[in-house]
Amino acid sequence: MEEFLQQLTNGLAVGGIYALIALGYTMVYGVLKLINFAHGDLFTYGAYLGLTLLTSLALTDRVGFALGVLVLVLMVMGLVAVLGAMLERAAYRPLRESPRLSAVVSALGASIFLQNTLMLIYGARVQVYPDDILPAATLDLFGLYLPLMRVLIVLASVAMMVALYLFIQKTKIGTAIRAAAIDQGAARLMGIDVNRVILLVFLLGPALGGAAGLMVGLYYGQVNFTMGWVYGMKAFTAAILGGIGNIPGAMVGGLLLGVIEALGAAYVSIAWKDAIAFCVLILILIVRPTGLLGERVADKI
Amino acid sequence: MNRFKPFVVALIAGLLPFAPLFLNTYQVDVLNSIGLYALLALSLNLILGEAGLFNMGHAAFYAMGAYAAAILNTRYQIPILWTLPLSGLVAGLFALAVARPVVHLRGDYLLIVTIGVGEIVRIALVNDVFGITGGANGIFGISRPRLFGWVIRRPEEFFYLIWGFVALTIFLFLRLKQSRFGRAINYLREDEVAAEGSGINTDYYKLAAFGLGAAWAGMAGTLFAAKMTIISPESFSFWESVVLFMIVILGGAGSIPGVLLAAALVVGLPELFREFAGARMLVFGLVMMVMMVIRPQGLLPARGRRFSLAASLGKTGR
Repeated sequence: MEEFLQQLTNGLAVGGIYALIALGYTMVYGVLKLINFAHGDLFTYGAYLGLTLLTSLALTDRVGFALGVLVLVLMVMGLVAVLGAMLERAAYRPLRESPRLSAVVSALGASIFLQNTLMLIYGARVQVYPDDILPAATLDLFGLYLPLMRVLIVLASVAMMVALYLFIQKTKIGTAIRAAAIDQGAARLMGIDVNRVILLVFLLGPALGGAAGLMVGLYYGQVNFTMGWVYGMKAFTAAILGGIGNIPGAMVGGLLLGVIEALGAAYVSIAWKDAIAFCVLILILIVRPTGLLGERVADKI
Repeated sequence: MNRFKPFVVALIAGLLPFAPLFLNTYQVDVLNSIGLYALLALSLNLILGEAGLFNMGHAAFYAMGAYAAAILNTRYQIPILWTLPLSGLVAGLFALAVARPVVHLRGDYLLIVTIGVGEIVRIALVNDVFGITGGANGIFGISRPRLFGWVIRRPEEFFYLIWGFVALTIFLFLRLKQSRFGRAINYLREDEVAAEGSGINTDYYKLAAFGLGAAWAGMAGTLFAAKMTIISPESFSFWESVVLFMIVILGGAGSIPGVLLAAALVVGLPELFREFAGARMLVFGLVMMVMMVIRPQGLLPARGRRFSLAASLGKTGR
């Protein structure tokens, strides 16, 4: 039971990270019907920028652990959001009217480009987060000893998801995003500046993805420049699992996939851990391509 | 430009067989790599370029062929070139089994599924599935190919084997393009609904294109196994699929000369600029982004079919 609960909470932490990345995929897909292949690499940028800021600014020494990490998260989110907006400008805006394949290829090119820029800057080796900055405390939860970082990650990711959900559902800008996702043309007729909505989506998604990257760095203590595509693929699986284009779906899908993967790795086979997510992906696409929470949309002819 | 094209093609085709006489071993080896990639890209072109099915797991079929050949050769001592049809069959059947449930999916969903299949195959190979793939170390000791009692060993000899196969492939694929099959898959690439409305069995043709392309990749895998004598899962990573995808798109989807040119550029240019090897993928990524803006149809785009009015009038006697 102890083992099971440890794996379950671990799965929830990883799932929270997947969910945060998946939100970026699902929002972009919702508005542009484009798989943003470079999103996973923006996530990696979050992890690397977090590492650089953590070591160079020594925030946790100056202002204490809690405030230091909070400032760090906000800085990483802001920087990665700017990167996301630049990516949209450079790689996707010129192709808005082009066929799908062109946009997909451009997205892949952007992914390769971003990944290799990171490799040329930091080198190909694994980068290690300093372990003396972060407290390795454990939390006693009714007799279950959980690493503090794990609990924090679950709480932080859930808080961000709730904030995003409220923003999308309750505010006027959120309504504009939903409207642009349903019908761009009609949204434009109602006076919504669709270009600004797209820009906003490319700020929000990468900000969440960057925060997820920082979380991975803090949780596992090491990052490498190719991790973006594995996490990206899994997060995309999560987005499809929940129903692509559907924001609560991405959250549910992410948490579910994290738990499935953690339990599968613990009880089935650790060597096949990465294959589990892909099997889930293929199964869901065969059985229910609209995802768990997605609604069926008739193909336009 | 178009007036000179036949001459350029004839010149290259005429000079290529004599290339090993003038080039050193290393350069011939680069040409062999180009040949292998050209084969793989031509097989992917059938799926991605001609039929318009986004397949980014082509390395999986390539791996299937290479491993089938290696296992048959090292375990059952079957001469490596004899395994060609069998490894093609293994890769083709595997592709059919995989594609059957997902082939109706829309473009980018299919792309994601094929990436997933490619990864599952790679992970299976690393985990030594059924105890026959040798795990992360792969399989070694694959015997040299023999052709009419002649053991093919040096790069100069492989050159003729590989490029001979490339020539055969080009000839067959050109014929295929002209056939009813070629026209059908082009039609369903352009407009699937209209194709179905005209009585083309879209699922059948999609699967056929998938199976045939994969089978050809499997045979290229056999040649790869024969050339390297060692194969391991690293050779069939996701990036291999991406590079092949890129070759087809950059060359011009559906264009055989374009794919050949792109294979030569993508494989050959990094060899010329070895000192910038680290920046190779960076440049590829940038090129992909820029090409999609300035020349999305590729370097040598496929030309539409042309039928001479006079010839068809003459045929019917009017």
